[in-house]
Amino acid sequence: MDISSSFAAAFGLIVGLDPQFVQIVGLSLRVTLTAVLLAAVIGLPLGALLAVARFPGRSALIVLVNGLMGLPPVVAGLVVFLLLSRSGPLGALGWLFSPAAMVIAQTLLVLPIIIALTRGTIEELWGEYREHLTSLGLTGARAIPTLLWDGRFALATGLLAGFGRASAEVGAVLIVGGNIAGHTRTMTTSIALETSKGDLPLALGLGLVLIALTLAINAAAYGASRIGARFAG
Amino acid sequence: MLTKRSLLAAGFGLALTSSVLAQATLTAPPPAQGAAPAAQTRFITVSSTTSTTDSGLFNHLLPAFKARTGIEVRVVSQGTGQALDTGRRGDADVVFVHARAQEVKFVEDGFGVERKPVMYNDFVLIGPKSDPAGIKGSKDIAAALKAIQAKAAPFVSRGDKSGTHAAELNLWKVAGVEIEQAKGPWYREIGQGMGAALNTSGAMGAYVLSDRATWINFRNRGDLEIVVEGDRRLFNQYGVILVNPARHAHVKKADGQAFIDWLLGPEGQKAIADYKINGAQLFFPNATQPGA
Repeated sequence: MDISSSFAAAFGLIVGLDPQFVQIVGLSLRVTLTAVLLAAVIGLPLGALLAVARFPGRSALIVLVNGLMGLPPVVAGLVVFLLLSRSGPLGALGWLFSPAAMVIAQTLLVLPIIIALTRGTIEELWGEYREHLTSLGLTGARAIPTLLWDGRFALATGLLAGFGRASAEVGAVLIVGGNIAGHTRTMTTSIALETSKGDLPLALGLGLVLIALTLAINAAAYGASRIGARFAG
Repeated sequence: MLTKRSLLAAGFGLALTSSVLAQATLTAPPPAQGAAPAAQTRFITVSSTTSTTDSGLFNHLLPAFKARTGIEVRVVSQGTGQALDTGRRGDADVVFVHARAQEVKFVEDGFGVERKPVMYNDFVLIGPKSDPAGIKGSKDIAAALKAIQAKAAPFVSRGDKSGTHAAELNLWKVAGVEIEQAKGPWYREIGQGMGAALNTSGAMGAYVLSDRATWINFRNRGDLEIVVEGDRRLFNQYGVILVNPARHAHVKKADGQAFIDWLLGPEGQKAIADYKINGAQLFFPNATQPGA
């Protein structure tokens, strides 16, 4: 009963293209994609560096990054909240309850995943191609761009894992965004709000739309990597 | 093979750069949605309670205020305790809550300029149709709570320092029940908002204290209904406070005050009275009532 009315609600949302709904979906995608891009720009080189470099404390750092993959979103949210609050160290920016705050919180959540998965992928490649690359004069950090490019399809999976984590979480964006209608309301915070209003069919309907979107993005990424793999031979 | 690979590596660097550029355009607000750049948007942040948002009141009030003044109001809805804390940290310009003692203290501590009464509604005791404590139809909230405790009938408490939670604790006191000592497995503190408390009560067949507005707007009633209402001790007053600019210099004093003045003035008060769901008025304006 509830499930079927949820499908009807989801269908209505997609077909009706209610401007408020479109805005919420747009904001969710914008925040999450920006966070994943930021985390990729920072995390891919760092992860590769961690794979190639040898320094004291490396093992401890690897364990730390792996552990942070399990960072509870609500804790990440709380940390960003305390930093950005007017009474916190970065309060002067006035970024609390804004999309920028949500991007920062989600970047924090995605970063460990991308660093850890990149490290794993690159370490394997480095083991395989080390002698080859060294003979070409590509040692240490200079081998990183080549290694990253070589592992790009495996790394894309890491980015998708990061995207999944960011788009699914509600704890962090709720705390730092404030779920303000038309400003910081995302798919997941809408679902939480509709649940608390007792409109469970609409809440689940929104959930179905979110799942469909995630599937579509994963399918697109998979398709792109298949085509890419064929061309790269 | 490997020269090709180095070429590709250069390409990868290029791809990274372009993705950063793409992201720059991505974060820019799309003009199609009419969102002006942040510097030009005139807005205030209001921390308020879950009841005012969940009941739909703000959706009704804010467009009218924006049409009149051009000021966008961004509402963060939290429990009263958390909403006051948001104001205390300087993360809101205006606080709009319902727990008079806490509001007065907020102003006395120097965090707010002045507390003004805005409107009231009332609390209702919600319970399962089976009514295990046998209190349905009573107008005496104290006797009803006493019966719930005596029979150890399941009761859901917000447990989140919200205005409704404060009111509930006060009503136990009125009923002569020392809830800290009396609570057992029947008394379930869930630490969540009003809607979540109603959802939980429905699932557990428990009693719960709710503000009337949230209840009227609540869709997932299932087996729940109002069991006690109409006791004057169930009165629920809302107040509004401008966060003290002397404490937090960035508080938008003029625009925040404009919102408060509008709420308390004839236009805002009428808009509050006009808000109805299925013909039922949810909030009753009383800004001019002395001592409210």
